[in-house]
Amino acid sequence: MWIDLLPIALLGGLLGLDVVSFPQAMISRPLVAATFAGALVGHSPSGLLVGAALELVALDTLPFGASRYPEWGSAAVVGGAIFATHPEHPAGAMEMAIIASLSTAWIGSWTMVKLREWNARWAANRREALDAGARGAVIDLQLLCMTADFFRGALLAALSYGVFAPLARWTLGLWGTDARISRAVLVTVAASVAASAAWKIFHGVSGARWFFLGGLAVGLAIMGTR
Amino acid sequence: MTARAIAPMIPPERRAVLPVRTQLAIFLRMLAIQGSWNYEILLGNGIGFCLEPALRLLPEGLHSQHFKDALARESKYFNAHPYLASVAVGALARAELDGETPERIERFRTALCGPLGSVGDRLVWAGWLPFCSLLALFIFGLGGGPMLVLVVFLGSYNLGHFALRWWGLRTGWTHGLRVAASLGNPVLRNGPQQIARLAALATGLAIPMALSRVIGPGRVLLGGVLGSVIVGALVLVRLQGRIEGWRLALFVLVAFALFSVAH
Repeated sequence: MWIDLLPIALLGGLLGLDVVSFPQAMISRPLVAATFAGALVGHSPSGLLVGAALELVALDTLPFGASRYPEWGSAAVVGGAIFATHPEHPAGAMEMAIIASLSTAWIGSWTMVKLREWNARWAANRREALDAGARGAVIDLQLLCMTADFFRGALLAALSYGVFAPLARWTLGLWGTDARISRAVLVTVAASVAASAAWKIFHGVSGARWFFLGGLAVGLAIMGTR
Repeated sequence: MTARAIAPMIPPERRAVLPVRTQLAIFLRMLAIQGSWNYEILLGNGIGFCLEPALRLLPEGLHSQHFKDALARESKYFNAHPYLASVAVGALARAELDGETPERIERFRTALCGPLGSVGDRLVWAGWLPFCSLLALFIFGLGGGPMLVLVVFLGSYNLGHFALRWWGLRTGWTHGLRVAASLGNPVLRNGPQQIARLAALATGLAIPMALSRVIGPGRVLLGGVLGSVIVGALVLVRLQGRIEGWRLALFVLVAFALFSVAH
């Protein structure tokens, strides 16, 4: 069990680190993180599928400054890994993967706040050295906080996967709704969140609604031809 | 005048020289600028961490009081968008190496926080990131595989990301404490609006395409989903400020899972 969790934990730690600490190259976005997790489990297309659904939801939360936002890196690793362990995509598998991810993202948001409080405490403990311009104190503080962030993400991913993977397996045996209907409900929810998020971001920009309607017309036309 | 205010004179021939190795060291450290982000000094320690390679070039060297004073000054409270903080890092490196007075440097740090935060938020978080994300979702909707989708997203996003950080460092270093005028650059001034329009276009393209791929074939079902999405989005817009969409999504999905299990 622990051996199974180790790769998930390492990936969760690395991608959790990307959210704020290093390098913020957006490898922590759900589209990327879930695909990586899927590849780790052995089925990257499944990871991509669940990552795309999560990415729609994640458009609702952009990492503005000191605001509190979900931690998508470790969360998407958990969801991607859970969905990819069911590559035949039974009814309810994607729903459970998304529920696992959103729950982890919520807890992850809380752990980031706690980490920032700890960072402040560690900085306060070094206040004298920092005020004296001690090079070692500045570098040590930076490395300590980043290491803590890595372990925060790793632990979160491991614990969350340890809880949600068996729960998902158990739930799938009892799932009574048709697979396509289940998928449709999930996609409706995710796309509604994405559309409202887009409105929040763009509604104040002059002409943006025409660009949106133009894009929608082209998108629907492409769908119609397929 | 205190000892802290006295900075050694920098010979003119040493000004405006930042070795490539130092630039690269600063650039790499800038990727970790938020590594110790906290509610007390925010980015402060990260700024000191990024500037440290440049401060080693101070005339009296690494172990001097001048180095320590500069590092202490630069590790105090600072706030900015993490990518555009590179402008501040470049400008502060130049100011310290040019021997500007601590008072001027501190005034400059205070004045720069707000603009670098708001410009970066609008340009990157509310513009470039959603645009690249939606572009990748559109490629996914067209049938793109994992590799293609990831290359499109990470390639496009990080092209802008790394270019912005590098431009910020170079611009800050070139203009020093007069860098504020550079924030009037057309890309920073008009970029957010233009990118927002492109992102709106990408939203219209990507959402129907992505959801059709996740659902799979079947036009009747797809039509029903599209109609429901419009209603759902309108409800969420009306609820704006009262509940976040992603939390509501979790509640709805948990309720649906409970129904499906009990059914």
